[in-house]
Amino acid sequence: MAEQDWKTSKRTFATVSTGPLFWTLVFFLVPMAFVWFYSFGRNVGLTEIEIVGTLDNYKRATEWLYLSIFLKSLAVAGLVTLICLIIGFPVAMAITFASEKWRPWLLLGIMLPFWTNLLIRTYALMIVLGQQGYVNQGLGAIWGGASWFKTLVGLQPLDTWEPLPLLYNNFAVVLGLVYVHLPFMVLPLYSALDRLDKSLIEASLDLGAGHFRTLMKIVVPLAAPGILAGVMITLIPALGAYLTPDLMGGTDSQMIANVIERQFKRANDWPFGAALSFLLIYAMFALIALQSLRRKTPVDAR
Amino acid sequence: MPLFTRTPHAPLEYSKTLWMRSWVTAVMLFLYMPLVVLMAFSFNDSKRNVVWRGFTTKYYAKAWENDQLWGAMMNSLTIAAFATIFSLIIGTLAAVMLWRFRFPLKGVVDGTISLPIIVPEICLGVAFLVFFSKVGWPTGFVWPFNLSAIIIAHITFCFPFVAMVVRARLATFNREQEEAAKDLGAGEWQAFRDVLIPHIKPALISGSLLAFTLSLDDFVITFFTSTPGTDTFPVLVYSLVKRGITPDINAASTILILLTVVLTAVALKLQGVKSIAGSH
Amino acid sequence: MTTDVPIIEIRNVTKRFGKVAAVDNVSLDIRRGEFFVLLGPSGCGKTTLLRMIAGFEMPTSGQILIDGQDMAGIPPNKRPVNMVFQSYAVFPHMSVADNVGYGLKIAGVGRAERDERVREALGLVKLDGFEDRRPDQMSGGQRQRVALARSLVMRPKVLLLDEPLSALDAKLRAQMQFELSDLQDQVGITFVTVTHDQDEALSMACRIAVINKGEVAQLAAPSDLYEYPNNRFVADFVGSVNIFEGKLILDEPDKAAVECPGLGKVYLNHGVTGPHGGDVWVALRPEKMYLHVPGEGKAVRAAAQDAPEGYNFARGVIKGMSYLGDITLFEIKLDSGAIIRASRPNLSRHDQEDFTWNDKVSMHWRADSPVVLLG
Repeated sequence: MAEQDWKTSKRTFATVSTGPLFWTLVFFLVPMAFVWFYSFGRNVGLTEIEIVGTLDNYKRATEWLYLSIFLKSLAVAGLVTLICLIIGFPVAMAITFASEKWRPWLLLGIMLPFWTNLLIRTYALMIVLGQQGYVNQGLGAIWGGASWFKTLVGLQPLDTWEPLPLLYNNFAVVLGLVYVHLPFMVLPLYSALDRLDKSLIEASLDLGAGHFRTLMKIVVPLAAPGILAGVMITLIPALGAYLTPDLMGGTDSQMIANVIERQFKRANDWPFGAALSFLLIYAMFALIALQSLRRKTPVDAR
Repeated sequence: MPLFTRTPHAPLEYSKTLWMRSWVTAVMLFLYMPLVVLMAFSFNDSKRNVVWRGFTTKYYAKAWENDQLWGAMMNSLTIAAFATIFSLIIGTLAAVMLWRFRFPLKGVVDGTISLPIIVPEICLGVAFLVFFSKVGWPTGFVWPFNLSAIIIAHITFCFPFVAMVVRARLATFNREQEEAAKDLGAGEWQAFRDVLIPHIKPALISGSLLAFTLSLDDFVITFFTSTPGTDTFPVLVYSLVKRGITPDINAASTILILLTVVLTAVALKLQGVKSIAGSH
Repeated sequence: MTTDVPIIEIRNVTKRFGKVAAVDNVSLDIRRGEFFVLLGPSGCGKTTLLRMIAGFEMPTSGQILIDGQDMAGIPPNKRPVNMVFQSYAVFPHMSVADNVGYGLKIAGVGRAERDERVREALGLVKLDGFEDRRPDQMSGGQRQRVALARSLVMRPKVLLLDEPLSALDAKLRAQMQFELSDLQDQVGITFVTVTHDQDEALSMACRIAVINKGEVAQLAAPSDLYEYPNNRFVADFVGSVNIFEGKLILDEPDKAAVECPGLGKVYLNHGVTGPHGGDVWVALRPEKMYLHVPGEGKAVRAAAQDAPEGYNFARGVIKGMSYLGDITLFEIKLDSGAIIRASRPNLSRHDQEDFTWNDKVSMHWRADSPVVLLG
């Protein structure tokens, strides 16, 4: 419906806009501005920070030590997104094509873990993956069973079961991030698939294409905006993840958020942390810009 | 194809196929098993929590008596309550402002209000830490005012979500209803109260639930803005987990899971399953 | 002498959106107690004009007076008019009674009086007993009546209706045309309606203002509009019409004649205002033509009843026919090549058999049928 010019009801406009504008300014823009200024600053003594307009912090951020962590975070986030996409797409399809009765419950089923506390979910996963966790116990049982089977047949039993190190390494971080972000991916996929005109699939089948081909040539291209949305919704938070790598990662599975945290807590190098924070923000903006660019090309190509 | 021969079904009924069903089941198992394990082990009579030794509820009793746990829980709930109320108001105002008015730099304002959703939590947390320290936010208040810094931070990242939800609902509003109310004599505020608010009520409810959950669940931002004595539940659990997995945490976590389930059930009751599913 | 003051006076009102003038220097008066219709195609500015009367748009220039009072600066909730919106805008979360009583509640009317007036209003629109129903349990037509009742209960000086019948199906529309007229008679207040449907306008209105591109093309009673259009737009918009170019060859106080290359020679038994020898148009309505099977100059003789020899007849071949039950429409290609439309009532049961495609046909019309248009 038509918007009206703010001048036509100045009083109403003032009433609705003062709150949000004030809050955004004072409690969002100002804090961000502080950080931005700090990134050009320098520690003086233990508590003081002097804004000197230096680019030292940014230069240090691009040293290989930190750049490699950035790149690794990007790689981990990318891997997590890919895995979520592969796992999540069939799930989204299943929900789309489920009967009316089941669909809301399936959606609820996917969403419920999302609403559960992130910390608890990560913690639960840790229990399961631990040295004596369920997974290892289960695998150990299988190993033992296989070993016993071998003795039955007269072969040497297998070596004693060494529990797999499933925690405190890169594998755990990736698994943890997938676990946490999977529901995030399913929703936009479902949304896009739901909007798809089913008769297009039927037309494709009618013309002789097999199911897989129809999937690749019809469903995926048409669901592309939703896929892109899901990728963005997963990639960006995964890139900035703190909790999962902190709890489930080892010393070499640090992600960028952990490095930033360290600057502010233990290392007490706020200017450097500020610079790293803003570099992360710029990286996010670049990704988002990339997405809106990519969204344009498919339209042009048609 | 051999995959589709189990049950006869129409070509598009993908959900009836065996592999689809197994895939979804596997994913659901993957998602829920750790949670189920956690809940089950909260009844495990063992300090080390890994082998089942017997059923007990003593850790629930311990949790019940644990003042620290209670304190953190109270903090979390209080913060969430305040954050929800204020972000509901600010978010709704923002939504109405953007929906109804045309004003200079509107695009910029629109983008800026959505920024807290996009900016990584770590950066937001850092920004608040810097802000409150630079401004010299007093920390010695009595409860609940000592939670003010956290509450402010939570409101800041919650209200854009509320604004988004309310805006979506506003888009379906028939302006003629508002004009009809005015035509019949209602003033600006009366028309808003009698016609607009009833229309956006579903969005207000789902927005509140969203804000409440986001606040209750938050770790990173709270981690950066909390001071001694203002631990929230996630922050407390974090410090306990860092020390090692113990059944106390299991019991406390199970309580929180149940709380989430109850909240969701309430939301469902109010709105119906379909609309929750549809509010994606 | 207050009854002589028009209830609504629109004086030189212009409304611009950016550079485009949606309403361009319109002046008209609406009389007390009349059923007034603003008629025109989509986008002609009629709805904008209505909304300016209601107060939802402000004129860029000009004045609007209601009952002698200038409405400049007066917001819609303070004007003595009420509007029925195109989408009805019935409040979905309130019962019918709450809807109808909404304006009364705002005005501070007490519970008892409110209930009584609501009941009365619902009776007027034939929705007795519907007080506790909810809008989502009602049909479109019923919701419209609720909107009507809601406005009428306020006892406004003028009731404004925005395309009231456009959302109804054909049968309901016909029924509501009668009901609205009756209602207006009963209640006695002025109705101002906006519509693009000329049938609606003709059947309900006391006077019609035909609006074209923001300007008033003609303001007249329905029969005057139909039989004496001022210009080609009105002639074409209201009803169907055949229009031919021609030259005014005879121009006297009591008779006139036009020579049309497409139609032939046209004679009128009254004077017309027009430049002698100048270019004019002749408008002839389809139902004014009499069709004859050719032979023995039947058309010529019939035309000669009230026109000189050689005027007011034409010959052609039937190229199209639509049998509509009560009438049959014909598309006839004249000897000149022009197409003319004629309609013929089926007075007897076999009338539709008289003519068929590719039949030769001749036709004549009376000397008072054609209308000479200058613009």
